[in-house]
Amino acid sequence: MTTDLPRPFKPRTAAAAMNALHVVLDRNPLWYAVSVLLMKMPPLYGVFTLLERLVKYRLFGCRMCGQCALPVTAYACPMTCPKQLRNGPCGGVSPDGSCEVYPGMRCVWLIAYERATEEGRQGDLRRLQRPIDQRKWGQSSWVNYWHGDDEGLWTAEEDFDNAPPLLPVLSSK
Amino acid sequence: MTDSVNGVVPAASETYRSAASHLQAVLQRGRFAVTAEIGPPRGANISPIRRKARLLRDWIDAANVTDSQSAVVRMPSWAGCLVVMQEGVEPVMQLQCRDRNRIALQSDLLGAAALGIPNVLLLTGDHPRFGDHPDAKPVFDLDSIQLIWTARMMREQRKLLSGRELKPAPDWFIGAVENPFAPPLNWRAERLGKKVAAGAQFVQTQFIYDIGVFTRWMEQVRNLGLDRKCFVLAGVGPVKSLRALEHMRQEVPGMYVPDDVVRRLRGVPGDRVAAEGLKLCSELIAEVRTIPGVAGVHVMAFGWEDAIPEILERAGLTRRVSPGDLLARSAGGPFDESVLG
Repeated sequence: MTTDLPRPFKPRTAAAAMNALHVVLDRNPLWYAVSVLLMKMPPLYGVFTLLERLVKYRLFGCRMCGQCALPVTAYACPMTCPKQLRNGPCGGVSPDGSCEVYPGMRCVWLIAYERATEEGRQGDLRRLQRPIDQRKWGQSSWVNYWHGDDEGLWTAEEDFDNAPPLLPVLSSK
Repeated sequence: MTDSVNGVVPAASETYRSAASHLQAVLQRGRFAVTAEIGPPRGANISPIRRKARLLRDWIDAANVTDSQSAVVRMPSWAGCLVVMQEGVEPVMQLQCRDRNRIALQSDLLGAAALGIPNVLLLTGDHPRFGDHPDAKPVFDLDSIQLIWTARMMREQRKLLSGRELKPAPDWFIGAVENPFAPPLNWRAERLGKKVAAGAQFVQTQFIYDIGVFTRWMEQVRNLGLDRKCFVLAGVGPVKSLRALEHMRQEVPGMYVPDDVVRRLRGVPGDRVAAEGLKLCSELIAEVRTIPGVAGVHVMAFGWEDAIPEILERAGLTRRVSPGDLLARSAGGPFDESVLG
């Protein structure tokens, strides 16, 4: 599922519905407990991760980077960009909105921009996304998120106007 | 020549310790800056770079040395930078994320600082699909914004992404690129804002042929206050032939040439296209100079660098500081040739 080259994917769900669902799936003590439990039981973790993979592949073209940016990209997956850009579109988007690598396919960041604008959440796109941890490919991003491993994956919106904190150093574990 | 850039000297001068960058000094003094692009050759020979550097020396404040531009293999930017330095031209080392992971990127940045290359231009890079090795593995471990952020961290926090300390910490004048003509047009200024937040101190734009779109983008840049945090150098370049024009329109990603420009170039006899392209380029420079917040121009004439002095002269941009003055700067500065052995 992740061996094919990344290419722009138009999400199959509305951003509004996902934003609503996110409230339920947001970090809380219950989900934290679930993440701890899953991490302790590898077979269960495997099944859970497979389910996540299937659902998110179908909806977002998910490539299982294991550190999900969807909540702040209007649920258009940046890892489906051929350059896997996390911080917005490159300079090669055609005047008609096509991806420079796959003419005829709409730039996934353009899709993200349009969806974010519709939802009044353009500010999300201003967040600086730090480099991803390449060791997390294939892991469950839901577990990583609930467990708090994703803290600092992106900056606050305000950091756009005031210089952002220096890059958080990734743990070396 | 006018000595004011919008009457404002960007705050960058206060935020960063003065780099050994002549380009930065020119911009901070509010002088209209001129940079140009030098493409290294495909082959193990430095004389083409030498020739181009000599040609441009009196006319520019710094020269960008491209980094396997358009995903076509060429001599590396750092090597080209050393050659232009020997010719008394200050280099801007371009560095892209397509061919390197974060280890190689940070390593090259350290090399630049250690060799006295005072300016770096950090970009994502064209996809290999457009180059001479479409079968290559695209790296894109970091994107341009993350690379700019990393460079700033190396300079100010004196650390690598790993957290390891750097002794001594490197220093460069950090640059970025932006394309005001690629969708979403209304978000391009904000994207520059992200680069500025990450640490970009100057930006060079994509080729400008549509002055209307550029003017609107600059308005948004000013509204976000970015022209006071980052020096904007407007990207321009001459069209040499109708074939080059078609290549730009059809094959170069992110290029936008409006119909009136196409009509103008097609409207002249075949042997007059180059002259018309040169004239058009000069006119564009003169026009962008009048736009508030534009701190300089960046001239890209790939394979036609010979035309640059005439273009600048016609646009009313006189020769820069004399080579003698430039070389006088070299004592312990960015032109220290002792590093070359």
